[in-house]
Amino acid sequence: MNKFSPVTHSSTPISTSGDTPPDLLASAVSHRYGPVVALDHATVHVLPGQLLALVGESGSGKSTLMRCFNRMVEPTQGLVSIDGRDVREMDTVALRRQIGYVPQSGGLLPHWTVLRNVALVPRLSGHEAPERAARDALDRCGLSASTYGARYPQELSGGQRQRAAIARALAASQRILLLDESFSALDAISRHELLETFITLRRNFAFTALLVTHDLAEAARLADTIAVMRAGRVEQCDTLAALSAAPATPYVAELLERAAASARPLIAS
Amino acid sequence: MIRRIRRGMVGVWAIMLVLIGSVASQHAAIAQSITPSRRSVIVASKPFGESYLLAEMFAQLLEQAGRVVERRPGLGATEVAFAAIRTDAIDVYPEYVGTGLVAILGDSVTAAMRADPREAFTHVASASRARFGVHWLPPLGFQNGYAIAVRRETAERLHLRTLSDLAASSARLTAGFTADFIGREDGWQGLRTSYGITLGDVRPLAPAIKYVALDARSVDIIDGYATDGLLAKYDLVTLTDDRRSFPPYEASALVSARLMREDPGAAAVLASLSGRLSEARMQQANQAIEVDHRAVAEIARETLMQVGLVDGAGARRLGKGDREARIGFWAFMFARRSATLRLAGEHLRLVLLALLAAIAIAVPLALWLVNQPRVSGVILQGLGVMQTIPGLALLAFMVPLLGIGALPSFVALFAYALLPIARATLTGLRVADPVAAEAMQAMGATPRQVLLSVRLPLAAPVVLSGIRTAAVLTIGTATLAAFIGGGGLGEPIVTGLGLADMRLVLSGAIPSAVLAISVDALLALAERAVTPKHLQ
Repeated sequence: MNKFSPVTHSSTPISTSGDTPPDLLASAVSHRYGPVVALDHATVHVLPGQLLALVGESGSGKSTLMRCFNRMVEPTQGLVSIDGRDVREMDTVALRRQIGYVPQSGGLLPHWTVLRNVALVPRLSGHEAPERAARDALDRCGLSASTYGARYPQELSGGQRQRAAIARALAASQRILLLDESFSALDAISRHELLETFITLRRNFAFTALLVTHDLAEAARLADTIAVMRAGRVEQCDTLAALSAAPATPYVAELLERAAASARPLIAS
Repeated sequence: MIRRIRRGMVGVWAIMLVLIGSVASQHAAIAQSITPSRRSVIVASKPFGESYLLAEMFAQLLEQAGRVVERRPGLGATEVAFAAIRTDAIDVYPEYVGTGLVAILGDSVTAAMRADPREAFTHVASASRARFGVHWLPPLGFQNGYAIAVRRETAERLHLRTLSDLAASSARLTAGFTADFIGREDGWQGLRTSYGITLGDVRPLAPAIKYVALDARSVDIIDGYATDGLLAKYDLVTLTDDRRSFPPYEASALVSARLMREDPGAAAVLASLSGRLSEARMQQANQAIEVDHRAVAEIARETLMQVGLVDGAGARRLGKGDREARIGFWAFMFARRSATLRLAGEHLRLVLLALLAAIAIAVPLALWLVNQPRVSGVILQGLGVMQTIPGLALLAFMVPLLGIGALPSFVALFAYALLPIARATLTGLRVADPVAAEAMQAMGATPRQVLLSVRLPLAAPVVLSGIRTAAVLTIGTATLAAFIGGGGLGEPIVTGLGLADMRLVLSGAIPSAVLAISVDALLALAERAVTPKHLQ
């Protein structure tokens, strides 16, 4: 039974031609929640197939900026585009079906089996074999579909749940992935394993990704470029090497210093 | 998807139409039954023994004169009964001149009225006719004014014969008065000012309870009516109202404008009872009902035979009630089984209808409100206020609008059931895994898909628990429907309270409790059935 029929739309919002994943651009984006300024002329650019980490403290606007790309947030000012096309011109539902999203606690539907959860977007989009797509995605994320597919989310460990959530975000061959603190709530060992899996995944499948994290070490490990955010502003957006070589603001320098300090004992041991 | 939702909406509307249809047909049935035509006369009473008895006498007289009679005994209180007769929802019920004067017209008792009861009657009859169009037939012949009673032992110890003696006595007695009496200008308030009586404590008691409380020495002094049968049963002494503080309480038939207009012959039949009933006769008849628990219909027939208004033709029907009067409780329950089943059916139908209508309104309402936080607060508060209106008061409000019977009862019960269901649905929707709902939306599910796939299934157990609460609440509240002629298991409760017959009260109370427990258990099973597997 196909519970969902696809939303019909005149054109595919994001080009799927070729192997090149899309590039993402937020240009001078501002957003207010009432009197609170959440984003203040934030600009980031993610090249096709690259991963940009948005790093900053909670409340710095990194999640808000990320959510502008799937239009869960409609910015009050500025331009958000994918492959040069303004997201506001695209059908919201169709756009979202092409962007994978992984929240911190997975966000799997608790009353659905893992397989059904992962098959969500293929089914929504009218994929002819949503379960097969879900099985493939699970296997790619290192979670055996035959073992775990029939289980309910709470029967999995935290790490397994996040694997399922990532599988769900990629099951419809999404070329864009939004990761909101997706690795933050895990214990050290599951986190380490999941990061390994994710790095392999990136090597084998081309997608452009945004990662929101408060952990600079995680960003350093996964990201091609890092945007340091503070109070709704992007303080600096560059590679880690460039950030270290020439921090644009005292805050960036301080952040790097703190991260280095917390990493040092680990290296020493 | 859209088709599925459309089908769902069609389903909801189909239920609504069925409900509206059934309510409308009920209303039509009631409207028909309350339309006084030459075919049917609606005789009502208030919920106490003498009122039942007089109404039954009216009914039998009318039947003997060839009228089709519909009986609506035990209407809530003066407010309900009077609202019903004023709006032609009923045709006749027994009322007292003093009540008409003070409670209905809101006038005060003049010295002339105290001296001559006819003065009071003339004033009340003409004022009621001018103001409300209702007619008082000439008084029935006896007074049933307030009577202040004490135990014989108390009267002897304190040398009490009159209310003046009571005022002079230094003893601090504890009173158990009906709430009605305490609040009324012609009741305790008037008594206190005209005699200067001071009491140790005044407690409000239900009419059926106060005699028992007096006998058990929980209170020392009670208010009663001059013709109460229980005065004799408990060997009580009534204190003479030597200063005539109480207004005259002659009993009379109060007749609707419509009956007077459309069937004056029926009014003439009723008037044949005027002046025929003495206080002694009424006290004897009341005693047979309240003390010996004999059937009202039989006592009514016997009394009518005694005053020569009916012949003995109906006598063959006598006997069953007398047998019922003497048997034990369980035998009594067994003897009433078919009546109990019928009443339980009525009760369940009323509750089910009210509940289904409340679900059909409250659930969609909550679905809409969940995205309107500002409006939802206001609406829930409004429903909450409705919830705080006492059941009987809400029912009484319905009478002027919708008459008496099943329809106003249905509307009141429906109103009561709205809040628990709407609130539970809102809560259920709000707590239904917001992260999962958001993730689903963020990956391209439409709001409707999120609602149907995540929010509703996860909210279902909470919604059902709200329905459960509403169901139990409604089953209990529906017993009050009997006060406005709505039928159901409240009928024997109201009658039993009026006749001080605890067996009768229990014959309604026990089945309604059993009903509530069974429905609760049934819905608990349903609740488990809709609980998603992962939560079980």
